[in-house]
Amino acid sequence: MNFFSEENLEHAKVIIRRYPKPRSAMIPLLHLAQEQSGWISNDAMVEIAELLGTTSAEVLGTCSFYEMFKRRPVGKYVVNICTTMSCALLGAGELMEHAERRLGVKSGGTTADGMFTIEGAECQAACTEAPCLQVNYRHRYRVTPDQFDSIVDELSSTDHDVPDHGVLSQVRQHIPEDRFVGTAPPEDVTSAPVWMHEQGSDQ
Amino acid sequence: MTGIGGTPIPHAPGFVANDTPRIVTARFDYEDSYTLERYEATGGYQGLRKALQQTPEEVHSEVRDATLLGRGGAGFPAGVKWGFCPPGVWPRYLVVNGDESEPGTYKDRLLMELDPHQLIEGCLIACYAVGLSQCFLYVRGEMAVAQERVAKALNDAYSAGYIGKNILDTEFSVDIILHWGAGAYVVGEETALIESLEGNRGMPRLKPPYFPAAVGLYGQPTIVNNVETLSNLPWILEHGAEAFTAIGTESSPGTRMVAVSGHVQRPGVYEIVNGTTTFRDLLYSEEMCGGIRNENQLKAFVPGGGSAPWFTPAQLDLPFEGSQIGPEGSMLGSGAIIVMDETTDIPAAALTLTKFYAHESCGKCVPCREGGPWLEQILRRIVDGLGTPRDLDLLFEVGETICPGDFPHAAVPSRGIEAVPFPYRMTTICFVGPSAFAPIHSALTLFREEFEEKVAGNKNRTMIEVAVDV
Amino acid sequence: MNHPLDCPVCDKGGECPLQDQTMAYGPGESRFVEEKRHYEKPIPISDLVDLDRERCILCDRCTRFADEIAGDPLIQFTERGSSTQVLTFPDEPFSSYFSGNTVQICPVGALTAAPYRFKARPWDLEQVESTCTTCSVGCRVAVESSRNQLVRYLGVDVESVNHGWLCDKGRFDYEAVNSDDRLVTPLVRDDHDQYQLLGTDWGSALARAAEAIKQAGPQRVGIIGGSRLTNEDAYAWAKLARAVIGTDNVDAQLGDGLPADVVLGLPTATIADACEADTVLIVGPDLKEELPILHLRLRVAATKGQTKVIEIGPIATGAEPYAQRSIRCRSGEAAKTLMALLESDDPLGDQLRDGSVVAVLGRASMAESATPALEVASVIRDRLPHATFLPALRRGNVRGALDMGLAPGILPGRTTIDDPSESLINRWQTLPEKAGLDTTAMLQAAATGELDTLILLGADPLRDFPDRNLAIDAFRQAKTVIAIDNFVTESVSHADVVMPSTAYGEQGGTTTNIEGRVSRLAQKITPPGSTREDWMIAAELAWRLGGDLGVGSREEIWCEIEQVAPSHAGVTIERICGPEGHEGILIQGSSIKPTLATPQEPPVVDGYGLRLVSGRKLWDAGTGVSHSPSLRHLAEEPTLKVHPGDLQRLGVSSGTAVRVISTRTTETLLAVADATILRGTAVLPFNQPGGGANRFIDATALVNDIRIETL
Ligand SMILES: Cc1cc2nc3c(=O)[nH]c(=O)nc-3n(C[C@H](O)[C@H](O)[C@H](O)COP(=O)(O)O)c2cc1C
Ligand code: SF4
Ligand code: FES
Repeated sequence: MNFFSEENLEHAKVIIRRYPKPRSAMIPLLHLAQEQSGWISNDAMVEIAELLGTTSAEVLGTCSFYEMFKRRPVGKYVVNICTTMSCALLGAGELMEHAERRLGVKSGGTTADGMFTIEGAECQAACTEAPCLQVNYRHRYRVTPDQFDSIVDELSSTDHDVPDHGVLSQVRQHIPEDRFVGTAPPEDVTSAPVWMHEQGSDQ
Repeated sequence: MTGIGGTPIPHAPGFVANDTPRIVTARFDYEDSYTLERYEATGGYQGLRKALQQTPEEVHSEVRDATLLGRGGAGFPAGVKWGFCPPGVWPRYLVVNGDESEPGTYKDRLLMELDPHQLIEGCLIACYAVGLSQCFLYVRGEMAVAQERVAKALNDAYSAGYIGKNILDTEFSVDIILHWGAGAYVVGEETALIESLEGNRGMPRLKPPYFPAAVGLYGQPTIVNNVETLSNLPWILEHGAEAFTAIGTESSPGTRMVAVSGHVQRPGVYEIVNGTTTFRDLLYSEEMCGGIRNENQLKAFVPGGGSAPWFTPAQLDLPFEGSQIGPEGSMLGSGAIIVMDETTDIPAAALTLTKFYAHESCGKCVPCREGGPWLEQILRRIVDGLGTPRDLDLLFEVGETICPGDFPHAAVPSRGIEAVPFPYRMTTICFVGPSAFAPIHSALTLFREEFEEKVAGNKNRTMIEVAVDV
Repeated sequence: MNHPLDCPVCDKGGECPLQDQTMAYGPGESRFVEEKRHYEKPIPISDLVDLDRERCILCDRCTRFADEIAGDPLIQFTERGSSTQVLTFPDEPFSSYFSGNTVQICPVGALTAAPYRFKARPWDLEQVESTCTTCSVGCRVAVESSRNQLVRYLGVDVESVNHGWLCDKGRFDYEAVNSDDRLVTPLVRDDHDQYQLLGTDWGSALARAAEAIKQAGPQRVGIIGGSRLTNEDAYAWAKLARAVIGTDNVDAQLGDGLPADVVLGLPTATIADACEADTVLIVGPDLKEELPILHLRLRVAATKGQTKVIEIGPIATGAEPYAQRSIRCRSGEAAKTLMALLESDDPLGDQLRDGSVVAVLGRASMAESATPALEVASVIRDRLPHATFLPALRRGNVRGALDMGLAPGILPGRTTIDDPSESLINRWQTLPEKAGLDTTAMLQAAATGELDTLILLGADPLRDFPDRNLAIDAFRQAKTVIAIDNFVTESVSHADVVMPSTAYGEQGGTTTNIEGRVSRLAQKITPPGSTREDWMIAAELAWRLGGDLGVGSREEIWCEIEQVAPSHAGVTIERICGPEGHEGILIQGSSIKPTLATPQEPPVVDGYGLRLVSGRKLWDAGTGVSHSPSLRHLAEEPTLKVHPGDLQRLGVSSGTAVRVISTRTTETLLAVADATILRGTAVLPFNQPGGGANRFIDATALVNDIRIETL
């Protein structure tokens, strides 16, 4: 039952070490699993449970709460079209209809070639740039139907910088060992941090 | 004043500079605003240096004196909140709320994408002042670019000695851990945020205790602050509380970022002076939104994020001052204004918001979990022309189970309707449940005739017929 | 609004708070005309529990119970908002020993118990409060019947014992009482065909039994068992043995517990004491398997930070996840390990010395004698004199049986045969002169022809005594074996005279739990066939032996106990049946001085040997489980678990059959690698379908070693 690649397993352990309690690393590890295979399989959840000392059911409980975690394979590019108010006021409905027509699948579906999944999404914090969409969580603003077509064309070519689904961030946090303060379970910490002592302050 | 909007550039919209006080967006003019070099070249990490020369208590007092109101929605003064940590209980944590998801809200993402170091410096100042031994920077999952910019900024700041062991060669040591959300609006609620950070389903905790400052992450004292709130700290430390309170009003000092979306000429994010700027200034002045699009008439606007009860042109002259907005029946919330012009189909607009909150219910409270989707279904059949007049009452009946008693709304002078002041009573733990009802209540109270028109043809339809059609 | 309208077929219909609310406040017709949520109905989430997600109101009770109380977070909320549903992980069922509690706390009919589904309607149920006697924790239960059949037990919320919880074995083994396999008429061995037991009448069976007892004479009769009995039954048998037969060869324990003087003589703690103590020191069996609700109470107390648990023992137990420290040591070496801990500068030593301590003490393995546990007791008495003890004893009313004198040298009321109370002498008139034999000694005596008649009081030594070979020899050599039981167990099938007794729920009386807490048992249904209560059988036998027990009812027996048993003075029937009795009445104090063993070096395991460790499992081949159709299949076939390193050293691959050699026998077993097993140790469960460890064990040895060889 080895789901994680060796490299990702190492990285998972680095992530776990950053939290006072291992379970806190659950969401980051689910992202890591999704980064590895584009979606989250039962095997992935079983391994995460082992790494964090929880049951697989607990991982499933958390995983299924969050919309970004896909428990079935999705397209290489997940296109989330915002349908919330600001975007709706400025044509999100038409954009969605156009997208469905252009890709030949309904919202929630994946194209036969496995390239695109389209989903109706909630507000993406780009309301002033309505209507907007995200491709693998990277924004596109004020998207007209024509622009949608060119986005599809662009993604179908190789000339773009959108990573495959699951790769959330191309920059990882890296904490140099000599700068890492480290952490301990809260029950093992009983005194104020040094700089508070220093100042003779224990409010 | 500054407008951020206009032409899109990849991953972040462009912005236009102006000459009003700019506290948190000052660096947005530079194309490389998010780099450490630019940050250091423009006075970055000076606030932290100043803070480290003072005692933590002195820094805390400075922030308390600045009356820095929380920018996450509730508007609670940060300095006061910090003081709620029970004495002698350690460790304490800082959780940065970067989960920005409230419909209409768009500012924290800009701050994270365009000036991550400012946020980091703010976190460090807060940790130093309150003795917070670890900081978790919770960034909304769907913000890939913000993740990248923050991760890069953290990496650079670690290398440069701003974060980690013995910061700037002092005793002060703290880690900042970048944490990712994964798509759940309710996680923005601070106790849900903490649950999520503990690896659980992001469901709000039962209150009391009301403040995580008392019992938060792992049951320890925890400060939860919004990204914009923390981004103000470097400036306050550098320039002093007095300079901060000199801007805006006494009860709402400083500036705040406001996103205006919908049917205005120039939608965008603006840093405005708190407390004095009015909605009319914002929506109609030339240097800001420049009026309603196509010279249409303003029909209504949401003044403080999707959860807020709606305003009409009658409230345009109110300023950005919480103490004046509440009695008029709404709230300032997260600084998001959604504008609807005369062409707007009001029931359909309300539906987009109700759908949002119904979809985002965590499922813990029955009135929200069951009531939200029910409201959505009733409203949808009204919008689709299948509703009956009885459905209009049913909307209120269901809403009443979420928020018993009078629900706040704006005055409609033309019809002699008086304002009902904010807030409401609620049967739920958090505001998601009431927020599913808020747009319906406002729409139905302020624009009842539009609903009546839609159901007029169905006077004689029985519930059975409705059921069959639905 | 989304709740389905299937009340007419719902187990909960009639006792459903949601139904009650709707009746009280709801309009006649629903305003909700939309499509309701639909899910597949019902899905099994474990062997014993079914889930109907349409009925679930998402109250979080079951999931919180599983996580916070049981510590088995295998059911979870999944999805979000109005799509939220309770589920298990695919292929990982909610296999918890405590799953039945979720059914009890489910306010609607979403979780139903497979054994109870569609069996009864709540309004047909009759309920009485009673006490579970499946193990010696003594949980308070509400026993419910319908048409003279037991159909459901519910946990009763008593502060001192079970907090409303029950383990699944205690909750569902009522099926055994209803079983068609019950023994309902007396049987005797056919004079012409030694292999046949024939049905007979009570008169003949009793006459035959009395004859065998008489012929043997007092010194050559032994009585084994009695922990299935009520206190009153145990008293009647204790009196029959001493005052009528004239023997002190009585023992309610089957060579798997602690000597009665130790159980009764050490300062005792309550379960509540343990849950509030600074430290609980567990040296004994796996409580999760053998005393499940004690495990549950300690787990909750430890996870809430009310107490800290330290366990010392040879195997990974259910306490490990919540223990502050689990110290693994070889079987037989617990005292040495404890001593080493106390002599080291480990902070745990100070914690034990400076704070309050409750020691949960029992035999960690059926393959070790009582001595290692007594050594531990002696170290604790010596080094931690402030500690109090909670005995971890096996079988239902074992504590009550000991209190009533069903142990050699022990008389009712926690006194010894050398120091009987005056009122007891007045009543009983005669007493044997010296202490008699315990179970092991009785079986040895029988095997060597020194004991003629063995009486089994609900005991099955062939299965339950650690040393099967000794038990077989004893059965072979004994002239007569008389068995009184509910079922034809293996031992019963080898008896000469068999008398059927009433079972749980068919008789009243009292029982006593490990703390020494006396609580009521209730009769709920009428017993089947011609079964008789155990005390009546004792009274009949007394009469046939020319004596008289002088009691005509359970009440009379209790009145006599209250008078002759010093520790029970003042515990009247009125008090037991009064409001006080809801929690049970705690009986403390004893005049017995325990004899403890001083630690000695256990024998060294030779290079090829493995020290055998054997404990009981909740789901085993015992009568309760094997006669309950819903539970029977939960018991697994035994495998020999060994550390992978040891297997490798012996050239055995995991999952293959090996030859297992002990001083007693050589047999073939499946060996399985398990990294949690201590090196040099082999673990074999005690009594599982298809056999167990008792074939390999020598009951007279301090510890038992085995060797394994490839076939
Ligand atoms: C349903 C709900 C959603 C929220 N979402 C956010 C959010 O996305 N970002 C945020 O900063 N605060 C959000 N809040 C407010 C937080 O609970 C909290 O008040 C805030 O983070 C505190 O920071 P501040 O005092 O700096 O404003 C939300 C509150 C509720 C009830
Ligand atoms: S109001 Fe809704 S979202 Fe908030 S806690 Fe209750 S159910 Fe969850
Ligand atoms: S409404 Fe579409 S991004 Fe906010």
